[in-house]
Amino acid sequence: MYTQAERQKEFVDAPSSDVRLIRYVDALREAFEQEMERDPKVFLFGLDVDDHKGIQGSTLGLQEKFGKDRVFGTPLSEDAMTGVAIGAAMAGLRPIHVHIRMDFMLLCMNQLVNMAAKSHYMYNGQVSVPLVVRAMIGRSWGQGGQHSQALHALFMHIPGLKIVAPSNANDAKGCMIAAIRDNNPVIFIEHRLLYAVDGYVPYQSYEVPLGKARILQEGDDVTIVAVSHMVMEALRARKHLETAGIYAEIIDPISLWPLDINTIVESVRKTGHLLIVDNAWLTCGASSEILTQVYEACSQTGESLPKMARMGFAFTTCPTTKPLENAYYPNSRTIAAKVYQMIKGHDQHWDLPVDIKTEIDAFKGPF
Amino acid sequence: MYTQELVTRLYKRMSLIRRFELRLAEIYHTDAIKSPVHLSVGQEAIAAGVCDPLEKSDFISNTYRCHATYIAKGGDLNAMMAELYGKEAGCAGGKAGSMHLVDMQHGILGASAVVATTIPVAAGYALAMKMEAKMTGYQRVVVSMFGDGGTEEGCFYETINFATLHKLPLILVCENNRLAIHTPIEKRWATERLCERVATYGIQTHKIDDGDVFKVRDTIARALNHIRQQGEGPIFLECATYRWLEHVGPRDDHQDSYRDTKEYRWWQENDQIIRLGNMLDEEIRRRLDNEITEDIRAAEEFAENSAYPADKELYTHVYAS
Repeated sequence: MYTQAERQKEFVDAPSSDVRLIRYVDALREAFEQEMERDPKVFLFGLDVDDHKGIQGSTLGLQEKFGKDRVFGTPLSEDAMTGVAIGAAMAGLRPIHVHIRMDFMLLCMNQLVNMAAKSHYMYNGQVSVPLVVRAMIGRSWGQGGQHSQALHALFMHIPGLKIVAPSNANDAKGCMIAAIRDNNPVIFIEHRLLYAVDGYVPYQSYEVPLGKARILQEGDDVTIVAVSHMVMEALRARKHLETAGIYAEIIDPISLWPLDINTIVESVRKTGHLLIVDNAWLTCGASSEILTQVYEACSQTGESLPKMARMGFAFTTCPTTKPLENAYYPNSRTIAAKVYQMIKGHDQHWDLPVDIKTEIDAFKGPF
Repeated sequence: MYTQELVTRLYKRMSLIRRFELRLAEIYHTDAIKSPVHLSVGQEAIAAGVCDPLEKSDFISNTYRCHATYIAKGGDLNAMMAELYGKEAGCAGGKAGSMHLVDMQHGILGASAVVATTIPVAAGYALAMKMEAKMTGYQRVVVSMFGDGGTEEGCFYETINFATLHKLPLILVCENNRLAIHTPIEKRWATERLCERVATYGIQTHKIDDGDVFKVRDTIARALNHIRQQGEGPIFLECATYRWLEHVGPRDDHQDSYRDTKEYRWWQENDQIIRLGNMLDEEIRRRLDNEITEDIRAAEEFAENSAYPADKELYTHVYAS
C-alpha cells in the first residue's frame, strides 16, 4: 500500500540527504520549474502570475527563466482564458491556468464543465485536454464570503475532471508534477494557510499519483479522513486524542476525484469508526460521497457498518468577523471533541486545552 | 473574372451542403436521426467562401449549426452521416451527434451546443499555432465561426481583447442571420454597428452584407495572406445571411409569426447556388449534380449499414489515458 511517511515538519522522521525543508509554495514553484524545463509544451498563465509578488511566490522568476511566451499574465477574463487554455491543450500544449481565488472559477464553469470535462468523450478521443487549473482557497482571516470558498464538490460531480487538494509540501510538488503530466483537466486546490508550512521535499522530480490516498498517521481506534487544510487540524486533534488514550488514523485522500476509497475502507475495517473532516460544506459534498461509498462497500460484503460522522464548514456563507469565522471552521479541538464522543458516547464531554499556535495565528494579511 | 475551376469548386461545395441538408430534412420524419439538427440551408455561401482558401492544416471552429462548415472544410461525409445516425463509424462514434461534429484530421475543431463557447477555444488553438510557427516558420490559421447571438456573450469580447493583445492568427467570422432562435436582432442589439464595436480593439474588420460567396472568399484569402505574412491577427468579418428553415428541425417555418417573407424572397432571389449554377456550363453542372447525388446516396448507405456502438463504448473516453 502507498503509505510513504508523512512530510509534515512536526511529525517527520530524520531527513535523508536528498530532501530538505521548504515551504509548500516553494515546492509548487519547484514543480513548475522542473516540468517547464523537462517539457517545452508546458506554459503557465493567469492574472498576476508575472507580477512582482508571483502568486504568493509560487511563480516568481519563472518568466525570467522561460520567457514571456511561456509565463504571462492575462486580462480579467476568466471565462475566455479558460477557453484559451482548453484550445491550447487540444492543440497539444500543457497549460497551467492560475486563479488567485477559487471563487473566480465560478466565472469559468461553462468552459470547465461543457468543454474541458467533455471534449475527450464527446469528440470520441480525437482530442484530449491536458490542463491544470490552480485554485487558491481560504481560509485566512477576514476573507469573507467570496474569497474563501472551497468548491471541490462542484467539480467532483462532473465526469471528465480530476480534483486534487494536497495538504503538504511533498505532495504539493509531486501532485503538481503528476497533474501537469496527466492528459485530463485537473483542478488543483491550494489552501493559502498551507503555503507557508514547511515540509521535507526531495530535490529531484517525482510524481505523487492522482487517485491514491496517503495514511499520514496510523492508529487503531478511529479513522479521520481530512481534506486540504483540515489535515493540519486533524493531525493536531490526533495529539489531543492521544492524551485521552485514543489513537486516530489520519488519512489524506489528496485526490478527491478519482477517490481512493479502498484505503479508507481498509482503515475503517480496522478502526470501526470514521470521521470525515471536509474543508468545505457538507451538503452534497466530498463527505457525502465518501460516506456513501463506505456504506456501499460494507453493504456489498454484508459486514457491519462502522460508526460514521462528518464535520465541515457551517452551512452558511463565510462571515468576515473573527468570532463568527472561528465558529464557521472546524478546528483541532472540535474535531477531537467529536471523536471523543464517537468513542466514549454522546453524553461525554471533554474540555480540551487550546492549541499553542496554528497557521491562522501566524497569518498576516492583507492579500 | 472568376476561373471556371473556382466557380466549379464553390458551386459543388455549396450545393453539396444544401442538398445534403435537404435530404436530412426529407428523412428526418423516419427518426433515423434521433438528435436535434440545426440546418444551414440558405447560409451555405459563408461556409463555402470561408473554407475555400484554407489549407487542410488550418483549423475551423464551429457552432452547433456546423454541418455546412464541416462539409466545406473537407470533413468526411460518410463519417458525418454515420454520426447523425448515431453509428460507431460516425466522426465521434455516435457520441457527438449533429451539434458536436469534429474531424481533427481535416482541421475541424469540435463544435459546441452552447453559444459562443468555442470562440475562446479557437483562440487557444490559435495561441498554440502562433507558438508552433516560431519553430516551424509556417503560420497556420484558425477561423472561429459564430452567429450574431454569439457576439452577445461576454467571452466574445474577452476573446477579441486577448487575441488582439497577443496578435493571434485568428479570423473571427460572424454569420449574422439576424435571429437567435426566434428573437430578432432588433430586440437584442442596442445598435447594429458590430464592426465599429469590434474595430475599437484596433483590428481590421470587414462587412459583407449581400451574401456574395466570392466576396467572402476573397476577404478570407486576403486575411489569410495578411496573417501568414505579417504574422499578425486577429481579423474580423461579419457576413449577413439568412436562415431558410426553422432554428432546429427540418421545417420551413415562414408561416410562423416571427418571419419576414419579404426578406426571405430577397435572399432567394440572390441565392448563390443558383447564381453559380448559371455561371457553369450546363453539362458541367449536370455532372456535378450527379456527383453530389451519388455522394449523398453513398453516405446514407454507409450510415445505414454501419453498426451501433456496443454498450461498452458508454465508458470509453471518459478520461484520457
